[in-house]
Amino acid sequence: MAKITLKGLRHSYKPDPQEDADYALQQLDVDWEDGGAYALLGPSGCGKTTLLNIISGLLTPSHGQVIFGDKDVTQLPPDQRHIAQVFQFPVVYDTMTVYDNLAFPLRNRGVPEAEVDKRVREIAEMIDLTATLDNRASGLTADGKQKISLGRGLVRTDVNVIMFDEPLTVIDPHLKWQLRSKLKELHQRVRTTMIYVTHDQTEALTFADKVVVMKDGQVVQIGTPVELFERPQHTFVGHFIGSPGMNVMPCEVRGGKAFYQDTEISSWNAASCTDASDLELGVRPEFVEFGPTGVPVEVAKVSDAGRFRIVDTRKGDQSIKLLVPEGGEIPEGNAFLQFAQDHTQVYRDGWLMS
Amino acid sequence: MNKTENQKAWLFVLPVVLLVAFNAVIPLMTVVNYSVQETFGDNTFFWAGVIWFQDVLNSDRFHASLGRQMIFTFSILAIEIPLGVLIALTLPRKGPWVPVCLVLMALPLLIPYNVVGAMWNIFALPDIGLLGYGLNALGFDYNFTRQPGDAWFTLILMDVWHWTSLVVLLAYAGLVSIPDAYYQAAKIDGAKSFAIFRYIQLPKMKRVLTIAVLLRFMDSFMIYTEPFVLTGGGPGNSTTLLSVDLVKIALGQFDLGPAAAMSLIYFLIILLLSWVFYTLMMRNEAN
Amino acid sequence: MSLELIDVSKRVGVEQHIYPTNLTLEAGGMNILLGTTLSGKTTLMQLMAGLDKLTTGSIRFNGEDVTRTAVQKRNVSMVYQQFINYPNFSVFENIASPLRVARMAEDEIKRRVCEMAELLKLSGMLDRRPSELSGGQQQRTAMARALVKDADLVLLDEPLANLDFKLREELRDELPRLFANRECVVVYATTEPVEALLFGGKTATLHKGRVTQFGPTGDVYRKPQDLVSAEVFSEPPINHAQVTKNGETLTLVSGASWSATGQAAALPDGTYTLGLRPHHVTPAQSGSQPVEVDGNVMVTELSGSESVVHFHLGGRTWVSQSHGIHPFEVGEQATLYADVSQAFYFDASGALIAG
Repeated sequence: MAKITLKGLRHSYKPDPQEDADYALQQLDVDWEDGGAYALLGPSGCGKTTLLNIISGLLTPSHGQVIFGDKDVTQLPPDQRHIAQVFQFPVVYDTMTVYDNLAFPLRNRGVPEAEVDKRVREIAEMIDLTATLDNRASGLTADGKQKISLGRGLVRTDVNVIMFDEPLTVIDPHLKWQLRSKLKELHQRVRTTMIYVTHDQTEALTFADKVVVMKDGQVVQIGTPVELFERPQHTFVGHFIGSPGMNVMPCEVRGGKAFYQDTEISSWNAASCTDASDLELGVRPEFVEFGPTGVPVEVAKVSDAGRFRIVDTRKGDQSIKLLVPEGGEIPEGNAFLQFAQDHTQVYRDGWLMS
Repeated sequence: MNKTENQKAWLFVLPVVLLVAFNAVIPLMTVVNYSVQETFGDNTFFWAGVIWFQDVLNSDRFHASLGRQMIFTFSILAIEIPLGVLIALTLPRKGPWVPVCLVLMALPLLIPYNVVGAMWNIFALPDIGLLGYGLNALGFDYNFTRQPGDAWFTLILMDVWHWTSLVVLLAYAGLVSIPDAYYQAAKIDGAKSFAIFRYIQLPKMKRVLTIAVLLRFMDSFMIYTEPFVLTGGGPGNSTTLLSVDLVKIALGQFDLGPAAAMSLIYFLIILLLSWVFYTLMMRNEAN
Repeated sequence: MSLELIDVSKRVGVEQHIYPTNLTLEAGGMNILLGTTLSGKTTLMQLMAGLDKLTTGSIRFNGEDVTRTAVQKRNVSMVYQQFINYPNFSVFENIASPLRVARMAEDEIKRRVCEMAELLKLSGMLDRRPSELSGGQQQRTAMARALVKDADLVLLDEPLANLDFKLREELRDELPRLFANRECVVVYATTEPVEALLFGGKTATLHKGRVTQFGPTGDVYRKPQDLVSAEVFSEPPINHAQVTKNGETLTLVSGASWSATGQAAALPDGTYTLGLRPHHVTPAQSGSQPVEVDGNVMVTELSGSESVVHFHLGGRTWVSQSHGIHPFEVGEQATLYADVSQAFYFDASGALIAG
């Protein structure tokens, strides 16, 4: 096990990159602590898979270093980096039994058979595959196969990091939830560094201690789920994380106070802004509520999500969403909205003002 | 899967049914007819029952050509399948060379059978052919028209040259269908190249290889033109394979009854062996 | 417009794929089939469309028996989980294809396609090929094609399942609006309870080839007829545990007890199954009748706005889902509060008897 450091990492698939747009991955410096659970989150094509392949050694970056512990592994092939990976589509050795699949990485490394047996049984117990050890791996369901892929990483004692590349893609929706919790449970038991790549915010936030949010090859924010939720550094993070995403509306700042269409909005960071009119105001639906005064809006649509209702309100073309808990009251027609000051923030060019 | 009520669908199948009837069923029935009658080719027929079948099955000549056929078929299978897989493994999987390699590979398949026979005949002639002359120049006593061993060597070499490409192309198709993740996972698991071949490539190629074996088996059992052109079954009868023998009996000696019986037996052997191959190779799949 | 299934069932060999089902689906609002993979959603849809033969029963459309009518003559359109488009046609031609089959006039085709493209935000990309579109746009194209021909019955089989999370959210928002003013019966299959809730309309819960409950979506969610329907319509899975009633007191298998109120007070003494949705189990007291429950913490998940805790209770895994940040340590004996005023009580056969 080891700490993972990415230093000045950049990558381009073009042989002779000239401008920023040629890079699939922009300048990146990250430290990942040993034993943590991390997630790389972003929409398709944001460079997260590129980054994953660079860490695993399937791709050599154009610039920068990958350091495991204090060893520079940038030029090392995957098998010498002591990593494990679970792919989007389950990879199992079809002709082997579940037992042999789990034993495969150990046997390849010449581990004595008694030790192999001990490890395989221990891990099989952990991932609930003990009963199927003698079955052919090809006969298992998708979630069983993903567990085998994971198990092949867990049996090894030399693994620096286990990486997951959208591992729940082919899992039946009603089993996703179970497998996700299982991963979390395993991490909390074995404490191996894990990096989880996904476009699904729920998976990323529930799995990871720290999430790296990416967009267009750039890291937009690195933070704990709570930080990403409460203090999105960029409107993209606000939009991408949370369901529904953060409300973003145009605003101006005059004398340290934020105004949205001439209604004063109390915001925790407006005081630090110089006067400007091309700013944006961000507030999550969770932190908006109906009140006797505030921003005048019209209630346009109410969707029942069971535990709460999503209310879509309009002011002109601007949509502002808020969540009302089960049983809460929702006015009809015209209403006023109030934003929680601690969670209402001003952005310039998409970035949080501070 | 699910059936829908659409009677029109049968109309679309009809042309094929008719074609197959004309193409296969009717000629086959003619052969069945010949095989149980005695005829001298003047349209007079006498019932012969199973006499021809008994004759054929008891004849040393049939046993000998069947034996030669078996040796030939299993030799070329034993060479072409591993060789084809080996070549497929060395072909590039990505990049600009892929189409070039594939076209080069496919070239022998595009040459008509009789041309292949003629080419190799000339190529192997000991006095003027490059192969024959070369071998003799190197000190080998090589003459495929006189020495049975040399004839066999040339025959098998010709078939390997002509048909290995087919195995290569099929095996290659199987290989490129393996997702990258499998190779990456194997690398991460620390698998050596033989383990990758044994546990990833071979299992994934299994289906196409089954097809390759079946095709090569049936084709080689039916091979006629090339050996006929190359050696004419000689020297002596040493390279007289089943099909060559069959034509000798039917056209050379005009023994239509025995020839028909032999064709049917020949047909049944191919059917039986193909079935055996298929079941054996697919048995694991079911488990 | 209405689609009626009368004693419809489907058997293949010895396997009963759909048990005899009676269902009346109407135009206006979406009809949702909610169930896990292999619960029979797709089979039921194929039976509705006429793509598959019924084993028993009949199907009526607007009162007219269509059981033996070929699918081509039923004016049905279907959208699948995979984005199915003609790869060599432009988006325009893809959307226009059903109209061309119907031999509609060129200017009418143009008008309709443009209108549909406008509605589905595809106007700017009518000249592109499907391969040049994002997943969301490809699925929009498939949807536009299904809607353009004014079908009487529109079947959508998990159309959002293959999309990225945010795109799914966006289309979930747009879909109900798209069908709002259409005179057609819309059937939508999904595995996700939240999707059913957001679409509203009516929901049928499916489990192993049976429709377990059918009614307005909110009612099915809030008043499940039986344990199975409650399980199908709950994510995370609904918590359940054995509860014993003795006089006025209800005692959970874990030992927690409280005095029965509401409908539960009227139950005779005995043993029942209690069902409680995860968001009614919280780290802080909430609701009208919070009861303390203790359990050993197995997994904790923090999603930024929510905390999810999995813990052992009476031999089962219970899940608590709550707003805010509530850190727990794995292995710790945690105290949580179950709002039993929100609980459902099921008898031995699984039927709802109180709650």
